[in-house]
Amino acid sequence: MSDLKRTPLRDFHAARGGRLVDFAGWEMPVQYRSILEEHKAVRRSAGLFDVSHMGEVDVKGPQALDFLERLVTNEVARLHPGKVLYTPMCAEDGGTLDDLLVYLRAPGDYLLCINAGNIAADLAWMTRQAEGFDVTVTDRSADHALLAIQGPASAAIVQSLTGSKLGLLTNYTFCEGTVAGVHCLISRTGYTGEDGFELYHAPADAVALAEALLAAGAPHGLELAGLGARDSLRLEAGFPLHGHELSPSISPLSAGLGWTVKLAKSRPCLAHAALAREKTEGSARRVVFFRTGDRRIVRADTPVRGADGATVGRVLSGTLSPLLNEAIGSALIDASAVDGGLRVDIRGTDIGLRTVRPPFVPLRRG
Amino acid sequence: MSNIPADLHYAKSHEWLRLAGDGTAVVGITDYAQSSLGDITFVQLPKVGAILAAGATFGVVESVKAASDLYLPAAGVVLEVNAALDAAPEILNRDPYGEAWMLKLKLDGSASAELLDPAAYASHLG
Repeated sequence: MSDLKRTPLRDFHAARGGRLVDFAGWEMPVQYRSILEEHKAVRRSAGLFDVSHMGEVDVKGPQALDFLERLVTNEVARLHPGKVLYTPMCAEDGGTLDDLLVYLRAPGDYLLCINAGNIAADLAWMTRQAEGFDVTVTDRSADHALLAIQGPASAAIVQSLTGSKLGLLTNYTFCEGTVAGVHCLISRTGYTGEDGFELYHAPADAVALAEALLAAGAPHGLELAGLGARDSLRLEAGFPLHGHELSPSISPLSAGLGWTVKLAKSRPCLAHAALAREKTEGSARRVVFFRTGDRRIVRADTPVRGADGATVGRVLSGTLSPLLNEAIGSALIDASAVDGGLRVDIRGTDIGLRTVRPPFVPLRRG
Repeated sequence: MSNIPADLHYAKSHEWLRLAGDGTAVVGITDYAQSSLGDITFVQLPKVGAILAAGATFGVVESVKAASDLYLPAAGVVLEVNAALDAAPEILNRDPYGEAWMLKLKLDGSASAELLDPAAYASHLG
């Protein structure tokens, strides 16, 4: 795996039994001990994830807000310093190029966190869209490592290592502070549906910070968790993963993320016309979530058939819910067929899909 | 690294065969197989009474990562399947040579000459 990019924690993972795989060109731990056990540890107490492969982008300048409002579908003007916004980023046709977090540090000074697999394409797109705006767009990915600590015990663990008052840090806010002596941007965000933090820090500090969090978390039941558990946790919570529930051919409206599309904002995004039309006419296809009552995993790209047997869509994501102990997933379905019976064939067995509104399990944070 | 008990025969496709000496045998998958698959979530086995050829697909083992066919190391009639795997497939990750056995077979002839002894299976794993 010599061509793969490595985070500063690559050897840390290998030394702790991490099974390293190629993820979007990065050598990342998919699991340490067991995906199912790591998943349960996050729901029960806490898990520690290395997500340093994620990209970071600085957007600065007098017209940074105007530029970002044009770039993304959610309303960036709602941010105040210390607040975080989740938003899709769409092309003119409404297709989703990426989904990202926007951090407002100070007026005209934003940090974006983008998906690892999209870093190069996003930067090219953002740079092109920035023409005509008084703004600078800078790739800062190499300057950041990122650890996510997720689960109900996260706050107690991180609080034991920082003087920052985490009780004041509400969902989707952030502050700057030190954790175990390491300077961090402390963000109360995550991708599991649990309470938790994402800690942005300098790559040189990553091993020391990870070791301090593991040591402080051990009495609470904190476990290292890999990308396998990250995926099953986000699917159980009903969160989209770009390339699955969101993609250049799936708009945020199709994906059921209408709350992230602010068509009435004063500075419309560049996908405004396409998304306004889709909202009026209705999406031709919709992302639905399903459970099956069976343990056989319904894997991505499995065709989905409607009541009359015709193919009406395909599976986007599928896994076994470790808490429900049954297969769950998402599918992209022709809008006219969503309310009919949906079925899949798995190795000759006909299985019905029961559509549900996520999250699949009760979450402390939806 | 992998646990390879000395008293078993092995297929290159990572199933094991334990000869009982009375014309019957027990079949399962190896420690290497369970470790490679990761968390096992579903096991599909044949019905009792099924008559299967050596090398035939006798079922499927599925993990969070992937589904894999299971290949029978020797021809025979299925005498018994391990019903515990239906409710608790995760025992395959814990005890692949014991509690998580898959089939009991009445052998039809001798076991295939292509089966590996423990040393040969160890070198097959590399």
